[in-house]
Amino acid sequence: MNTTMLWYTTRATGIVTLVLLTVTMVLGLATTNRARARGWPGFAQQELHRRISILTVVFLGLHVVTSVLDTFVHIGWWATLVPFTSPYDRVWVAVGTVACDLLLAVFVSSLLRARLRPGTWKAIHWLAYASWPVALVHTFGMGTDAGEEWVIALGIACGLAVLIALGWRLRTTALHGEALRGVRLHQVVPGTRLAPPRHLTRSGRS
Amino acid sequence: MSVKITIDPIACDAYGFCAELLPEAISLDEWGYPVVDGHPLPLELVEAARRAARDCPRRAITVTTRRTESR
Amino acid sequence: MTTSVSPAPGRCVTHFLLGQPSDLAGHIAAHGPLAVRGRRDHGSVDALLFGLERSGLRGLGGGGFPASVKLAVARSAGAGGTVVVNAMEGEPESDKDKVLLTHVPHLVLDGAQYLAAATRARRIVVCVPLGLDHIADAAGRAMADRRGAGHGRVGETVMRPPHRYVVGEESALANFLDAGVARPQFRPDKGTPLTIGRRAALVHNTETLAHIGLIARYGPDPFLSRGITEEPGTCLVTIGGDVAHPGVVEIDRGTPLHGVAKLAGPASGAQAYLVGGYGGSWVGPSHFATPYSSMSLRTVGASAGVGIVVVLGRSSCGIAESARIARYLASQSAGQCGPCVFGLPAIADDMAQLAEGRADDQLLTRLGHRLDVVDGRGACRHPDGAVRLVRSALSVFADDVEAHRRGRPCEHHGAPTVLRLPIPGGPP
Repeated sequence: MNTTMLWYTTRATGIVTLVLLTVTMVLGLATTNRARARGWPGFAQQELHRRISILTVVFLGLHVVTSVLDTFVHIGWWATLVPFTSPYDRVWVAVGTVACDLLLAVFVSSLLRARLRPGTWKAIHWLAYASWPVALVHTFGMGTDAGEEWVIALGIACGLAVLIALGWRLRTTALHGEALRGVRLHQVVPGTRLAPPRHLTRSGRS
Repeated sequence: MSVKITIDPIACDAYGFCAELLPEAISLDEWGYPVVDGHPLPLELVEAARRAARDCPRRAITVTTRRTESR
Repeated sequence: MTTSVSPAPGRCVTHFLLGQPSDLAGHIAAHGPLAVRGRRDHGSVDALLFGLERSGLRGLGGGGFPASVKLAVARSAGAGGTVVVNAMEGEPESDKDKVLLTHVPHLVLDGAQYLAAATRARRIVVCVPLGLDHIADAAGRAMADRRGAGHGRVGETVMRPPHRYVVGEESALANFLDAGVARPQFRPDKGTPLTIGRRAALVHNTETLAHIGLIARYGPDPFLSRGITEEPGTCLVTIGGDVAHPGVVEIDRGTPLHGVAKLAGPASGAQAYLVGGYGGSWVGPSHFATPYSSMSLRTVGASAGVGIVVVLGRSSCGIAESARIARYLASQSAGQCGPCVFGLPAIADDMAQLAEGRADDQLLTRLGHRLDVVDGRGACRHPDGAVRLVRSALSVFADDVEAHRRGRPCEHHGAPTVLRLPIPGGPP
C-alpha cells in the first residue's frame, strides 16, 4: 500500500471513528432506566450501543495502524499508547493518543465487566465522557481536513448530537429527582440510594 | 432439570430489559420493577433467560439450574 | 431488687427468665460460674446442641428460625467470628429487649458466652440502638462487673447502631458491624451464614439468648416443663394499647390471647388485638381464645413475632390505626428495593384515603393488587410485614372497610392514636 493510500485511509477512518464514537455516545446517553417510549426495546438500544462501540474500536484500530505504517511522516508505535512521544505534530497526535487510551480503557473494562466490581466498571466507563471531546479536539487540531466545509459541518452535527443527548439525559434525571421528592417525603433515610421509577408517561401517575 | 430466575432487588434499578427479553416469565409492576412468576422455566426459554441476565445493566439476575430428581 | 416487671403485684404472672437475679453476685449464687470448658471439649458443645434441638427453641426476634440449626450453620463456618446480641427493639410497641438487659443482663450475656464457646467466636457484641443510652449504660455496667469478676471467656462490647425499624434485621446488623452500613442484605440462601470481617456472625435476640443461657446450664427439661407440649417454654409479651397497666409480662406458651391481654387489665369490649407488632396482624374477637403459640396463631393468620399484644379498644378506629402503621412502615424502608420504596408509600396513601372516607371506586381493587405485588419482593421481610398488617386489617375490620369505602367513616377515625408511633427524627 503506498503512502498516499495509507494517508487517505488514516484520514477517512479517523472521520468515521469520530462519527461512530458520536453515535455510541448518543446511544449510551439515551439508555437509562428512566423515560423510554412505550414499545421501544431498551435492550436493543443497549445492544446497538455495544455493537457500534465495537465498530468504533475497529475503525480506531485501522486509523492508528495506518497512521504509523505511513512512513511519509514519522509517528512511531510508542505514540499509539504514550502521548507526546511522536516526533511528528507532537501535541495534536498526543491528544489523539489520549483519546485512544481512554477509549481502550473503557472497551477493555467492558470486556472484563464480569470480573470487576460494579463501582469500578462504572467509574472507568465515565471516562468515555472525556474521550469524545478529546477526539473532537484531535480531529480539528490535526487540521488535515479541518478546513473542508463538510468536515466542519460534520463536526458541528456530532457536537449538536451529543449536546442534545446530554441535555435530554440531564433533564430526565432532574425530572425524576422531582418525582422522587414526593416519595422522599415518606422516607427518612439520609444518604440512601433511591432508584427512580418508570417515567411519568408510563402510568400517568408518579 | 428446572431453571429458576432470581432477581436481586437491591441491585435492580428498573431498567426493564429483562421484561423485554423474557416477557413469558417477567413482567413489570406499576413502578417499573420486575415481577418474576414463580414457575420453573421451560427449557426453550433458558437461552433468553441467560441473555436477560447478561444484558442486565446492574447484574441483578441469576439463572440457576437444578437437576430435578426423577421418582 | 425487682424480679418482675408485671405492673401490679398480686396477679398471677409466671417467672422463668424474669425471676432471675439481676446482679452478678446473685446470678452466680443462683447458677454457679460459667461452665464453659476448653475449646476442644466437644462434650459441652454437643450437650448444648442437643439441648437446643430437644427444647425446640426458635428465634424470638421475629424470625422464628430454630436455634439449633442456626448454631450448626454458624459452627460450620469456622472459628474467630462474632456473636451478636440483638437488643435493637425495632418494634416500637416492644419493651422486652430493654427489660432483659436491665433486669437479667447476665442471663443474656451468659447465653452469648455459651454460643461463643460453641462456635469458637472471638467476640460478643451487644447492639443497643442510639437513643437508648440508659440501656446501653446498664449493659456496660453489667459487662464491667463481669470483667472484674473474670466471668466470661470472650470479650464483650456494646455497639450503637442507628435506631430504625429495619436495622434490627439480622443481616442489617451484620452489615453495620462489617461495613458501617445499617441496611439489610439480599440473602437468597439462608443456609450460608452472615459474615463480619469474613468470619461467621451469629445474631440472636436478647430473649433467645436468655433462654440459651438457661438451657446450656440445665438442659432442655426446665424449658420443656413450661408452656404446652406442642410448644413448650415461656415467652415475653409487651402488652399495650387500651389497657390499664401496660408492660412486659412473661407467660407460658399456649396461654389464650385474652388471658394474655387480661394480665394488663384491658378495657372491656376490645375490637381487636394487634399481635406481633406493626409487622404482625390484627386478630378479631372471634379468635381471642386462640392459644399464644406459633402454630395456633398461624391458623388465624397471625404469628407471635417479637411478642407484642396491643389492645384496640371501643373508641378507636382500626382502619385509621392501620393507616398510621402503614405510613410509619413506609417511612422506615431502607430505600434499597423498588417495590418497598414505592409500594409501601402507595399502600399507605390508599389506606389514608380509606381511613378518611375519601376512597375512590377502584381503591380496594388497586390496594389488593398492590399488596399482592409488593409481598415478598424486597431483600428483607419489611414489605411482607406491612402487607400482612394491611391485609389483616382489611379482613378483621371488614365491616368498617365497607362503611369507610362508602364515604361514611366511623366516628372514631379522628380519635387520638393508642399506638406509640415514633416520629421520624424524634426520640425513639
